[in-house]
Amino acid sequence: MKKAISIHVNGTTHTVNVDPSTPLLYVLRNQLELNGPKYGCGLQQCGACMVLIDGKAQPSCMYPVSAVKEQKITTLEGLGKEGKLHPVQEAFVSEQAAQCGYCLNGMVMSAVSLLSDNPHPDDDEIREGLHRNLCRCGTHSRIIKAVKRASL
Amino acid sequence: MLKTNRREFLKTSGCLVIGFSIGNISSGQNSFIPQELPQSIRRYPDINAWIEVLANGKVRVFTGKAELGQGIRTAIAQVAAEELELSMENVEVVLADTLRTPNEGYTVGSGSIEQSAMAVRYASAAAKMKLLELASDKLKVPVDELVTTNGKVYTKNGRNPITFSEILDGKQISGQVKEPVKLKAKSEYRLSGKPVPREDIGWMVRAHQNYLHDLRFPGMVHARVVRPPVYGAKLKTFDAGYVKKKVPGVLKTVNDGNFLAVIATDEYEAMRAQKVLGQSATWTEAAKVPATEKDLKEYILKLPVETDRVQEKGKITSEEFTHTATYFKPYIMHGSTGPSCSVAIWHNEKLHIWSHSQGIYPLREAIAQMLQMPADKIEITGVPGSGCYGHNGADDVAAEAAIIAMAYPGKHVRLQWSREEEHGWEPYGSAMVVKVGATLDATGKILYWKYDLWSDSHSSRPGGRAENLLPARYIKKMFTSSSKGYIGGATRNSEPYYSIPNQQVNANFFRGPLRVSALRSLGAYGNIFALESFMDELADNAKKDPFDFRLMHLTDQRAKDVVQKLGEMVSNVKPGDGEGLGIAFSRYKNSASYCTVAALVHVDTTAKTLRLKKMWSAIDAGEVINTDGLKNQTEGGMIQAASWTLKEHVKFDGTNISSTDWGTYPILRFSETPEVEVEIIPRQNEEVMGAGEAAQGPAGAAIVNAIFRACGKRIRDLPVKLFQD
Repeated sequence: MKKAISIHVNGTTHTVNVDPSTPLLYVLRNQLELNGPKYGCGLQQCGACMVLIDGKAQPSCMYPVSAVKEQKITTLEGLGKEGKLHPVQEAFVSEQAAQCGYCLNGMVMSAVSLLSDNPHPDDDEIREGLHRNLCRCGTHSRIIKAVKRASL
Repeated sequence: MLKTNRREFLKTSGCLVIGFSIGNISSGQNSFIPQELPQSIRRYPDINAWIEVLANGKVRVFTGKAELGQGIRTAIAQVAAEELELSMENVEVVLADTLRTPNEGYTVGSGSIEQSAMAVRYASAAAKMKLLELASDKLKVPVDELVTTNGKVYTKNGRNPITFSEILDGKQISGQVKEPVKLKAKSEYRLSGKPVPREDIGWMVRAHQNYLHDLRFPGMVHARVVRPPVYGAKLKTFDAGYVKKKVPGVLKTVNDGNFLAVIATDEYEAMRAQKVLGQSATWTEAAKVPATEKDLKEYILKLPVETDRVQEKGKITSEEFTHTATYFKPYIMHGSTGPSCSVAIWHNEKLHIWSHSQGIYPLREAIAQMLQMPADKIEITGVPGSGCYGHNGADDVAAEAAIIAMAYPGKHVRLQWSREEEHGWEPYGSAMVVKVGATLDATGKILYWKYDLWSDSHSSRPGGRAENLLPARYIKKMFTSSSKGYIGGATRNSEPYYSIPNQQVNANFFRGPLRVSALRSLGAYGNIFALESFMDELADNAKKDPFDFRLMHLTDQRAKDVVQKLGEMVSNVKPGDGEGLGIAFSRYKNSASYCTVAALVHVDTTAKTLRLKKMWSAIDAGEVINTDGLKNQTEGGMIQAASWTLKEHVKFDGTNISSTDWGTYPILRFSETPEVEVEIIPRQNEEVMGAGEAAQGPAGAAIVNAIFRACGKRIRDLPVKLFQD
């Protein structure tokens, strides 16, 4: 049964009419028409759907939308400020850290979350910080360089 | 046909174009055009099949290739901007679309640069010649006194600037690309051969609509397919009324033979309906997947085969070789990060499909056959998807969306596969077995070489054949597969590139238990894994350095150079305790890029850990359009092949595929990823050569060779199971 639910995404409160058990990912993509979070597995195994929930990177594919009514949600679209890209986004462009780029959303989200906890991670800490994110093109080395660059 | 379509597009594109005069696209070869022109140009000789000048001064370039993450959009823009003397910002690229672009078949075999970029280079140069000729008439100045830069033509003294649009007077460039085409001198390149950044990475970080998965249309509905329990099961019963009652928002259940799907207003409702409808469905028992995964190598060797002699040189006098070995690679999946997706609409007797297929034109033919309708009623627009690395579920999901859209006219229908569907139903890269034997002469050179491989097909792409589309095997008018697919793929790189006086190569083709098709590099990964592992074993036997042993069997100087370059790259690497450095060489397809890979591993026999620390590659791809693009592809190729080699095999358990997610089919994660380093051997005056798949084979072999050097254990069965046996 559909219900009106309010969620806080990228600084704005949106009221959507959905089944409360709908995973957050589908509400972000379909009701809010955001392209950032991607469907990858629906099982919290790959990280393509990651968003920041109260500043922490979390997969959005399994949390029911009704469970995140109080939290602040940030998607890839909401990272930049005043038309400027977030330093992590800038770094991904500078390092050309993508091939197909489908996993890029989750990589950026994980990196933003990591750097807010640990502003100057070493290589092993970056690897650990991105452990939940899968990349199939093998762009890992560039992604690590991008996170490193963003931390400088 | 194309004329009408392009016109239709322009009406809706919102971009003012200064008129056009598209000639007929000739599908056959034009006999008076010399052979030197790229094949795509010979098929589409009209300049304006490739190049369109826009009113705003930009140039639009049409390629028949798809963006798969290889960066072809950027490379195509570079060659066009180079020849037309434009900045990158003034060139836009239209990717494969049956409404708009030439038919360049499949985006496969590392052929995008060799075929499409070269076609665009010739078309752009011909366009520039035409523009200068027209400007010459207008300005009454001889062509050789004119120059062009940034969309304007000037006299050499900088006077009389006239824009491309003014030159054309509201028309498009007419005429054909004909020899002699005056190409820009390579020594004057500003953009080609440079690491020009990809514009689309900027779109990705900004979450612009870049992927097929991001397409949204007003009133779009969502579909899901109910899968049979196993390959080939037949649908007995299902309860459409129950799903309608149980799940709000269900619009329609679509059934055609054994094909069953459901449409709902909302995506989550469609997912729930898929589950409920699936629970209501009953299926007949079907042939189960045999329980052979554990002893797949022995199982394969017992299957009936068709045998081809691939190579015979000199004489194999005896089967008594001084050294023999058997190698095995299992089924490996493409495992795209984003499961396959498609949107389709049946409206006004026309079917329009959006697809991330590698070949929209051949897909159109296959779907036309499946739906028994003329191909000209179907248009397919190519949109980038998640990286595919070969023939994954892209074509299947498009065919399924087409069936569903036909049953629900007038609405855009979006069909998204789940992770489980992608893992369980994609066509895998075939398992392979290789038996190889050799004898060395007194100087340590290979005298005799016999190589026998066993493989299923490495391509069953639609290629205009409906039976290669998954749903065509389930609908009432059933198409069954009789072809054995593209068998050439299995023998790719099975012939050694080394100088060996007496050699024989045989290929044994079997029909295996799992659905198979093209996976990045086809048979080359399995063959080079075997061949370069065996070269390493022979080097050890002959007590030769692995670099020297390869060099003494190579005659092609460029091959030697790529081996020597790798040697220089790792010359300062001194493997420590438990570490080993392994190398491998191949020339992809024995005719494309030369590539060597080195791997450094650390094996800790006490802690029972294996760590792949670093990989290096030296690559010679001839002329390179985008050096960073080539490095990116080669780095990615090594890391992906490392994942295949160290971790991957499709599991099946006697009932069905049991690798259904990333837990049951693990791939390399960040903690396991090696550092990578790539060096390009500059050959700007040579021909371009395909490179996107060059690293797969040598990367796999370099890793197992490194493991041998680290701990003395020779891995002959993949994936590497150093401590699990």
